[in-house]
Amino acid sequence: MIGTLLAQAGDADVNVAMNVGFGIIATVMIFAAFSVVTTKNVVHAALYLVLVLAGVAAQYILAAAEFVAVSQVMVYIGAVMVLFLFGIMLTRAQIGTEDGLNNNGWQLGIPVGLVLCGLLAYVIVDTFEDDVIGERSPAPTELLSDRILSPFLVPFIAVSFVLLAAAIGAIVLARKD
Amino acid sequence: MLAQISAAFLAVDGYFPDDWPDWSIPYWLMSILRVVGGLVAVLLPAGGIVYLFLFKMMSFMQSRLGPMEAGPYGSMQLLAEVGKWMQKEDLAPDNADVRIYRMAPLIVLVSTFLLIVVVPFGPRAFFTNFETGIFYALAVGSVSVLGILIAGWSSANKYSLLGGLRAGGQLIAYELPMVLATLGVVIQAESMNLNRIIEVQNTGEIFGIGWIGNPFIITQFVGFLIFMIAVQAELTQAPFDMPIAESELVSGYMTEYSGFRFLIFFIAEFATAGVFSFIAAALFLGGWGVPFEWFGWDNLGEVAWWMNLVGPVIMFTKMFALVGVIMWVRFSYPRFREDQLQTFAWKVLIPLALANTAVTAILKVLL
Repeated sequence: MIGTLLAQAGDADVNVAMNVGFGIIATVMIFAAFSVVTTKNVVHAALYLVLVLAGVAAQYILAAAEFVAVSQVMVYIGAVMVLFLFGIMLTRAQIGTEDGLNNNGWQLGIPVGLVLCGLLAYVIVDTFEDDVIGERSPAPTELLSDRILSPFLVPFIAVSFVLLAAAIGAIVLARKD
Repeated sequence: MLAQISAAFLAVDGYFPDDWPDWSIPYWLMSILRVVGGLVAVLLPAGGIVYLFLFKMMSFMQSRLGPMEAGPYGSMQLLAEVGKWMQKEDLAPDNADVRIYRMAPLIVLVSTFLLIVVVPFGPRAFFTNFETGIFYALAVGSVSVLGILIAGWSSANKYSLLGGLRAGGQLIAYELPMVLATLGVVIQAESMNLNRIIEVQNTGEIFGIGWIGNPFIITQFVGFLIFMIAVQAELTQAPFDMPIAESELVSGYMTEYSGFRFLIFFIAEFATAGVFSFIAAALFLGGWGVPFEWFGWDNLGEVAWWMNLVGPVIMFTKMFALVGVIMWVRFSYPRFREDQLQTFAWKVLIPLALANTAVTAILKVLL
């Protein structure tokens, strides 16, 4: 991979700094992702997950997808992870290491992860093949909203209904009376 | 020199209108100047707010003089306080999760520094001209909750944990009305870019009269009120200071912190007040601009270069005025009860903000 990178470095279209940045962020993300499942403390696991999600946001920025990156920070770090930590701290959050955090069927996760990884890799390689994607300016947000609110309006509304149903379902399950 | 310093804020893309002085400086120098500019834009308001409002205004409201010994009118008191905190030992409780405990205040401070990045101080005086500026600010502003939550948890102290949880619940509840209140502005300005929002306000007209522009505080008054209330709560300033309620929780999530880590929390609290006021000034008060009609400018491209020097002064003035209001409320009202706080957010502010958004959207389409 480094060989290809250097070979393309002479090509004006390839932004070397961006590729190096991608590599560094990806390394941090992989390390953090493994730590999420290996650490012996629930809160530490949640914090490593924050690192992974922040890495995703950083990758979006590198890919010139500002709006998606900011949404990632807002939804995942600002809301989901805060709720995660909030929930963990309200229920069980010991300081120090804790045993028995692993699920009995944790080995099953390995093939699932590999299949997902292969599927995503196949889709990406199949779509872009060996295109060189050069520098580009961020896509204007109007473009994004126009796409979502005209051709993809029906799937968009469908997804929001699913989320609404999930939210109501959670309340129904949580309320005893 | 002044030109060089103000050039720190200029964009990297090398675009300068012809009638502007030539301010091209190397990229590395620009980067250094930007870092210095960011430090000034965060720490100067923080210091100013603490001295002007916390030391002096509060004292006058309580019929006392406040600090008078260090320097003229006690103006050197800040340095004395910082010096005092820096000397103190950096303590951590025995049972604390030390690594996270030490990290927590830094997360809070970093989120403040990340916020200032999108605030424009003049037509070209910004750190970055982010397309989704206001959305970015709201997203990054919510990261500080993480720092507060883990500060409360890692202290291994009941009061700290309770304070952290209260802060978490409060910040989640008040983030929603804040986001919804800015939606009205975004709908009216048709952009999330803060510089564009400022341009729209200063070129706007109210019933064909353009000499005061169209600051959104007039058309979005409800949004402005909701935004300022939400800011008050996000900053955990009284009457929303349950997370650090000293009579119940000692000092909430900050109980165990001492020395410079407490100082960092303290600075972050007032620096964030400054930065949120900058953002409120940009959203509702016309930001760095004067109505463009006064000088015959039609759009952002025609604004004279000296606005890059006057703009920051205007921004700082508006910021101090808004922080003045925040502090005035803080010193005047007693603390809410925890359930009143949540009820107020979910049953009053959020429906009101939703209604405001809906009305703005309908009017936008009709007019």
